[in-house]
Amino acid sequence: MSHHRIHRRIAAAVVLVAASSGLVACSSDSSGTGASTADGVTTLKLWTHNGGNAQELAINKQVVADFNASQSKYKVDLQAFPQASYNDAVTAAAAAKKLPCVLDIDGPNVPNWAWAGYLAPLDLPEETFKDQLPSTMGKVDDKVYSFGHYDVALNMAVRKSVLTTIGVRVPTIDKPWTRTEFDAALAKLKAGGKYRYTLDLGTSGTGEWLPYAYSPLLQSFGGDLINRSDYKSAADVLNGPKAIEWATWMRSLIANGYMAQKSGADGTVDFVNGKTAIVYTGSWAADAITKKYGGDVAFVPPPDLGNGAKIGGGSWQWGLSSDCAAKDGAREYLKFSAQTKYFVEYSQKLGLIPGNTAAVDQLPNFAADGKYRVFLELAQKYAVVRPVTPAYPFISTTFQKACQDILAGGDPKKVLDKATSDIDNNIKSNGDYQF
Amino acid sequence: MASPAVVLLVVFFVVPVALAFGLAFTNARLISRRPARVVGFDNFVQLFGDPVFWASLRNTLYFAAVVVPVQAGLALVLALLVNAKVRGRNFFRTVYFLPVVTSMVVVSLLWRFIYQPDGLLNHVIRAVSFGHWQGTDWLNNPDTAMPAIIVLSIWQAVGFHMIIWLSGLQTIPPELYEAAELDGTSTWQRFRFVTWPGLLATRTFILVTITIAALSLFTQISVMTQGGPLDRTTTMVFMAVRTGYEQQQTGYAAAVSLVFFVFVLLVSAVQRFVTREKD
Repeated sequence: MSHHRIHRRIAAAVVLVAASSGLVACSSDSSGTGASTADGVTTLKLWTHNGGNAQELAINKQVVADFNASQSKYKVDLQAFPQASYNDAVTAAAAAKKLPCVLDIDGPNVPNWAWAGYLAPLDLPEETFKDQLPSTMGKVDDKVYSFGHYDVALNMAVRKSVLTTIGVRVPTIDKPWTRTEFDAALAKLKAGGKYRYTLDLGTSGTGEWLPYAYSPLLQSFGGDLINRSDYKSAADVLNGPKAIEWATWMRSLIANGYMAQKSGADGTVDFVNGKTAIVYTGSWAADAITKKYGGDVAFVPPPDLGNGAKIGGGSWQWGLSSDCAAKDGAREYLKFSAQTKYFVEYSQKLGLIPGNTAAVDQLPNFAADGKYRVFLELAQKYAVVRPVTPAYPFISTTFQKACQDILAGGDPKKVLDKATSDIDNNIKSNGDYQF
Repeated sequence: MASPAVVLLVVFFVVPVALAFGLAFTNARLISRRPARVVGFDNFVQLFGDPVFWASLRNTLYFAAVVVPVQAGLALVLALLVNAKVRGRNFFRTVYFLPVVTSMVVVSLLWRFIYQPDGLLNHVIRAVSFGHWQGTDWLNNPDTAMPAIIVLSIWQAVGFHMIIWLSGLQTIPPELYEAAELDGTSTWQRFRFVTWPGLLATRTFILVTITIAALSLFTQISVMTQGGPLDRTTTMVFMAVRTGYEQQQTGYAAAVSLVFFVFVLLVSAVQRFVTREKD
């Protein structure tokens, strides 16, 4: 081959690379990200984590379709991701500055993304959220960055008949089990020998489930993920005597044979099939459980382990990316989606706690004597939001590892000391995550 | 002619490697409002003081030390078996090769079911011992988690190296065997003095590919154990992904990668030296 031809080919390749990078530059210049305009209609991208959740995705699609039909200026284009890889997709998109205009976010991640500048304050009129449940709002630095259509409430599902037969009190909202009562109930249920496992705390869960489910138990012992007075250190709260007591207790549940080190893939199914006596799960499982056991089932608060019963608060919420090229359209969509009828829709179809109290009137299940009223009360009475700090993703992943190590039999003090020093170092090296 | 390859190499190899080298000395983060700052050797100081790093290094070495000889040896045995002129040898070749064309994620998921406390393995153990032996919770027992992963990894990849050995075996001229047979050699002598020397090039290739594959253990860990229980299965690559992606510490993860790079380089250099062609 002649030199001439080689040079031509190299030149062609260089032109090609230059042209393609030029194209990328053009498209991001003309439209920012997450939106494009054609024929006078601006198309906005919307991302949701509901790729594997047909029911919820159907409602997402309904809201989008309603909005698209209600006006002709904007068109929302929905893209669904499987939940397991959703956060990774968003983080990668954020790093590449390719975020969509509207996206849903797991509540505790909102402060981190707001701090990093990926989310813009919603700046919607104040009355939009006047009836909003506080745990469903992402308020950071006194600005609203996100709102959710619903919240969920963790609870323990038990069968009244089973408890009564063995002489154990059925707890109520106002009077949860004490630790002594709970330990006694576990021992009696196990002695009965009818269940493969007495308790299912969802130990096979990974990712955000671990802090969501187990940090309330830690808080019930009197510990926490971080000292909430200034959010600068986890010392004493995460590795103090209370936290060590919590870790020791968690491991003892496995050592005593009450629960599996790795529970079954679906705790609801195991409970419904009579494999477990008590399952720690969210209100999302209520429909399936009620269908099987009817009035015999009771959804009770987790035990009071010394510092009052606690459950996690905050679920998926909608936010607006700061790079969005059509923020007005995105705000219009978000305002449209915040109509009471959609809160009703999410709650009715999914059995979730409505994020807006105005919707309660239209939801018989959540009325004063409704069958799911208990979840609303649980959320109002016991919900603790995960720490509102940009350090949360780091705290969360560190706590996840600590939980897994503790369940696997690691030395509580060593595991928690390591987690605490990791968290403190991270906060320090990020300049205390100041805004 | 070389330009597409050059472009690809630059984009997917040179740039990432250069970035990893640079980022390892900064406190860059995946998501942050603070610009990255050069922090010198801070990341490395932190890394060498991190017990998870030493556990990762230990586990990676342990995995490679078992997998490299066992998988290579087993693959050679299989290759010799399916190289024999027996009926249905194509059937066996296909069967041994099947796991290779199955995605490692799928294989890991399936073996997770096999290893669970009431899974296939424990049922088999109970059945063959008439209930006298009880299996354990393989992946959650610190003593069995890594061996369990080693077994499945070898099962998945052994077919690939079997094919490589087989191709090596078939380059040995049949006349050599005929001549050796005329000399009245035993099967073992024919293997030792004809087959083994004839596989020299194949041996080096297999050693290098298995070593690199073993050192970069990640998928099985990510799907099956997430590095647990008690850090018994965490590996260098898993640690880099966890710290860089989930924990958003890009700079720190780059430092892990850099150390890993040097580590692989050293191992490869030693292997090159050992397998060099001696005069």
